[in-house]
Amino acid sequence: MSELLVEGLDAAYGASQVLFGVSLSVERGETLALMGRNGAGKSTTFKAIAGILPPRAGRVMVRGVDVAGQKPYRIARAGIAFVPEDRQVFPEHTVEENLEIGERAGLGGREWNRARAFEIFPMLAPLRNRMAGRLSGGEQQMLTIARSLMGNPSVLLLDEPSEGLAPLIVREIGHLILRLRQLGTTIILAEQNSRFCLGVATSVAVIDRGAIAWRGSVEEFRADPAVQATYLQV
Amino acid sequence: MELTELAECVTSLSCLVTQSAAGLTIGMLLFLVASGLTLIFGVLGLVNFAHGSFYMMGAYFALAAYGVTESFAVAVLAGIVGAALLGLVFERFLLSRIYGQDVLMQLLVCYGIILILDDAVKIIWGADFRSMGVPDSLRHPPFIIAGGVVPYFYAILFAITAVIAAVLAFGMGRTRFGRIVRAAAINPGMVGALGINTTLVYASVFAIGAGLAGAAGALSAPIRSVVAGAGVSILIESFIVTVIGGMGSIGGALAASLILGFTRSFGSIGFPLFVEGAMFIIMALVLILRPSGLGGRRGS
Repeated sequence: MSELLVEGLDAAYGASQVLFGVSLSVERGETLALMGRNGAGKSTTFKAIAGILPPRAGRVMVRGVDVAGQKPYRIARAGIAFVPEDRQVFPEHTVEENLEIGERAGLGGREWNRARAFEIFPMLAPLRNRMAGRLSGGEQQMLTIARSLMGNPSVLLLDEPSEGLAPLIVREIGHLILRLRQLGTTIILAEQNSRFCLGVATSVAVIDRGAIAWRGSVEEFRADPAVQATYLQV
Repeated sequence: MELTELAECVTSLSCLVTQSAAGLTIGMLLFLVASGLTLIFGVLGLVNFAHGSFYMMGAYFALAAYGVTESFAVAVLAGIVGAALLGLVFERFLLSRIYGQDVLMQLLVCYGIILILDDAVKIIWGADFRSMGVPDSLRHPPFIIAGGVVPYFYAILFAITAVIAAVLAFGMGRTRFGRIVRAAAINPGMVGALGINTTLVYASVFAIGAGLAGAAGALSAPIRSVVAGAGVSILIESFIVTVIGGMGSIGGALAASLILGFTRSFGSIGFPLFVEGAMFIIMALVLILRPSGLGGRRGS
């Protein structure tokens, strides 16, 4: 069974439809790069899956359970963790408090907790009592990812984690995603930065004008310059 | 004005003690109401014009419970729980539908709630002024501190309100629930995306706010008259508190409530006919000198 199976997802902002039957799936441990031009529908796909923009049609199956159209908190509890691109830390809470808010009571066999977060994200440990609003952009990005993991999600949706960060920090985020991949975390990564993306992903889906236009492994993608030319180059 | 009497009072330790004790008690009762108002505004973005009605209902629930049990503790609990549950009902069925709407809509719905509760009170308990009176079990000789008289019941009220304020401060500052509430005040969408049911958080915050107003109403029932419409004057003072203290700031509300409490107790000696006016002057001064209030952030 797929960790996440999306079928025929339609979504719209008011009268303007953005997604036209998006279908994709990820298996346990997979890191899928969702690539596409600006405005192709990457963020909207995430928002529709996470319930922030309720889809007009389609199914969102988390480990076999359809959560499409449910409230965001229910979808989060079902196992979808959405990390928005603008890094929404709680600025007036400390790093540790941000993580605490992400923790949820009553989860059996907790894989993630604060101690483990500080172990996997060692750069956050010395900052645990600092206000999140005073962290650098890269530190805030680390914190939002760590905070989303506190709910022990089945699938992590990372929206443009490299956006607006210095190259050195982007490399660190890349190392972190590789580490999470080693730990067996299932990830979908929406990115425009294809070098960053291909360095950490195991498979690729290309979205174009609101629909999935191509799907394959990273090796197949690299071997197919036509796909890159058609869908990604401006 | 009797400003010479005020000057005499502030130079006499006994008078200072007496008036300060009264100021603290009045201020803390006001704080209970105003902290609920500011909490609801800070988290829900709702200007709860009906907040005074929960104060009034707390007083009536306390009166009813005291009539049956003759226990002040039960009366206060009834005031808190009754107002909180009533708040929950109104939040779920009416107010949750107008979150994020403009203030005029909020004003209309809240005014409707005020009218409903005032008339409900008249139907159930009648339109007459009522009073609980200080319970017999709490009638003791006053404390004499440095020659100043501190009524025993005022001391009890101060102790109870201080405990409630401490529990509120601890709950908001030191518990996970409080951290979630503060996070939801800033970014409810992200709180929801982390798996937290914000509808439940909002309902709880409203119930807590209404319960705080109910607590103040119940605690005041023995020393103030209980009557339909009793919530209006405390509502106006609570709004002055939130303006002076800063909308959404609990610490600012505490400071502002105590300032108003002292203005009332010392003003009753120095300028008894101008106490309300003095409160508005303080508010105007704060608006001019620090528009975001004592505890508010600049620009908010």
